[in-house]
Amino acid sequence: MSQTDVRLRRRRDLTPLFLLIPAGVVLLALTAWPLIQLVVTSFLEFGRAQIFGAPPEFVGLDNYVDVLTDDEFWQVLGRSIAFCLVNVLLTMLLGIAIGVLMTKLGKGFKLLVSVGLLLAWAMPPVTASVVWGWMFDTDRGVVNYLLTQITGVDFEGHSWLINPVSFFFVATLIVTWQAIPFVAFTVFAGLTQVPPEVLEAAEIDGATGWQRFRMIVLPYLRGVLVILLVLQIIWDMRVFSQIYALQTVGGIAAETNTIGVYIFKVSIGSGDLGAGGAISVLLVILMLGLSGYYIRSLLRQEES
Amino acid sequence: MSRGSTRELAPGRPRSAVVRGLLNVVAVIVFVASAFPVYWMVNSALLPNRAIREQVPHFFPDQFTLDNFVKVVTQPSGTIEFLPALTTSLIVTLSTVLLAAVLAFFAALALSRFRFRSKKTLIVALLVAQMIPAEAMIVSIFRVLDGWQLLNTILGLTLVYLAVVLPFTIWTLRGFVAGIPVELEEAAMVDGCSRFGAFFRVTLPLLWPGLTATGVFAFIQAWNEFLFALVIMQKPEVRTLPVWLRAFVQATQATDWAAIMAGSTLIAIPVIVFFLIVQGRMVGGMAAGAVKG
Repeated sequence: MSQTDVRLRRRRDLTPLFLLIPAGVVLLALTAWPLIQLVVTSFLEFGRAQIFGAPPEFVGLDNYVDVLTDDEFWQVLGRSIAFCLVNVLLTMLLGIAIGVLMTKLGKGFKLLVSVGLLLAWAMPPVTASVVWGWMFDTDRGVVNYLLTQITGVDFEGHSWLINPVSFFFVATLIVTWQAIPFVAFTVFAGLTQVPPEVLEAAEIDGATGWQRFRMIVLPYLRGVLVILLVLQIIWDMRVFSQIYALQTVGGIAAETNTIGVYIFKVSIGSGDLGAGGAISVLLVILMLGLSGYYIRSLLRQEES
Repeated sequence: MSRGSTRELAPGRPRSAVVRGLLNVVAVIVFVASAFPVYWMVNSALLPNRAIREQVPHFFPDQFTLDNFVKVVTQPSGTIEFLPALTTSLIVTLSTVLLAAVLAFFAALALSRFRFRSKKTLIVALLVAQMIPAEAMIVSIFRVLDGWQLLNTILGLTLVYLAVVLPFTIWTLRGFVAGIPVELEEAAMVDGCSRFGAFFRVTLPLLWPGLTATGVFAFIQAWNEFLFALVIMQKPEVRTLPVWLRAFVQATQATDWAAIMAGSTLIAIPVIVFFLIVQGRMVGGMAAGAVKG
């Protein structure tokens, strides 16, 4: 090829199109097309009869009206939001604290913390839920044993998963335990970007540790923290594997469904694809609304 | 403490020995809290189920045995066999990683080395696609695959996983490609390389860190994924490992915890080993892709 070709490379040609076709076909077929189907189904009467071949009927907004006037939907949504808020708050606070802690440790202890965090982070969610389910086992769980030994109160035979409140306590432990490492590592990486000269100068001027953290470190971290917050909200709002696996280990499903599990049960369990579709569309809208900030901030970085 | 010795400390480290000691204690607590469930899984897997059923838990594998692993791997009851699930998981995961790397490499080239009109729209679409929850898509994806006769097939599940990991993979690789100076490709082309030759001989070898980061991401997604596998692969002979684990818990009615922990260990070990090996790049890559800035 000659040098003119090099100059031509920025002109409009079909090469990018060819390069995009393979990934584009996969994404169109298995993301865009199902998404369109999902929206269409949410406007159809689509139950067991339709799954077996009866023609689906267009019912307008009926599915949405049914879902939005169903008490169970609001209970599930409220439960999901409460679960999400508690988990996000705990994850962020502990994650930031551990991220800060790592900057203050010597090499050996920092490595120790990193290895621990990586182990928790690397566990597959379903495996993690099963393992925690075993630790909280009614008869032979190590948690009941230790609680009995430490507090003196008899926890032998205490069933954690049968009560919705303590079920979600265990679920919260699993979810935050797995989510904290990502926050801690990201905050730690962010903290290493804070120029030490600025901190030193503030210290010479007499700023206390907390003042330095609040007035210098936090402003540096703000962007990272907001993005982490948005991601955590999105991830915890749609939690599925942990809840579903924990329900398998023990627990009352009806009172512990979160929105992701609920969609699964309405659509696959009861076979009401119309209602399931409507709930799904509502969830997609909620998620895109929540992630709007995240997407905008990524695009802004893009331009700069 | 003299000025000289404080200088040796890393910036930001507390000067008082008491505070440092306290922080070290906190560090040990964080380590124990993070690592204990993983330790407990392995510990329980290495003990006979009889020992696990005792009143006082064994905190160390003092009756060491590998029987649980043998039992899980050679599980006789037909519908909950481990080895077919392992095979399915391995094939699906490796195909996802390889195909994602190739497709994302092409797409990343298109999005970072060329200018075209709808580029911005495509980038927004990629970001939006990452935010669509799988829970919402599960039924329509089931029906689409059903229509193409791809239910219960490795190809079907691989395609779904590709669609799941591609947006993030393309987005991240694009950043890595943009970091490689275009002049290197131009120089190779001046020296007689074709444009694609330049992509493959100049850009690709420099892209290893990016491919590693995105490859690990795709591996973990595909290996751990539960919901799609549960719905798409309903026949027992094409189950993946996470779905197998849940079926195993159900089939044993959560009684044979030693065997369940052995199964959990077998599923978790590849991911943990992978994580520990590539941890530095992993964190950097994830941070660069997910939380740039």
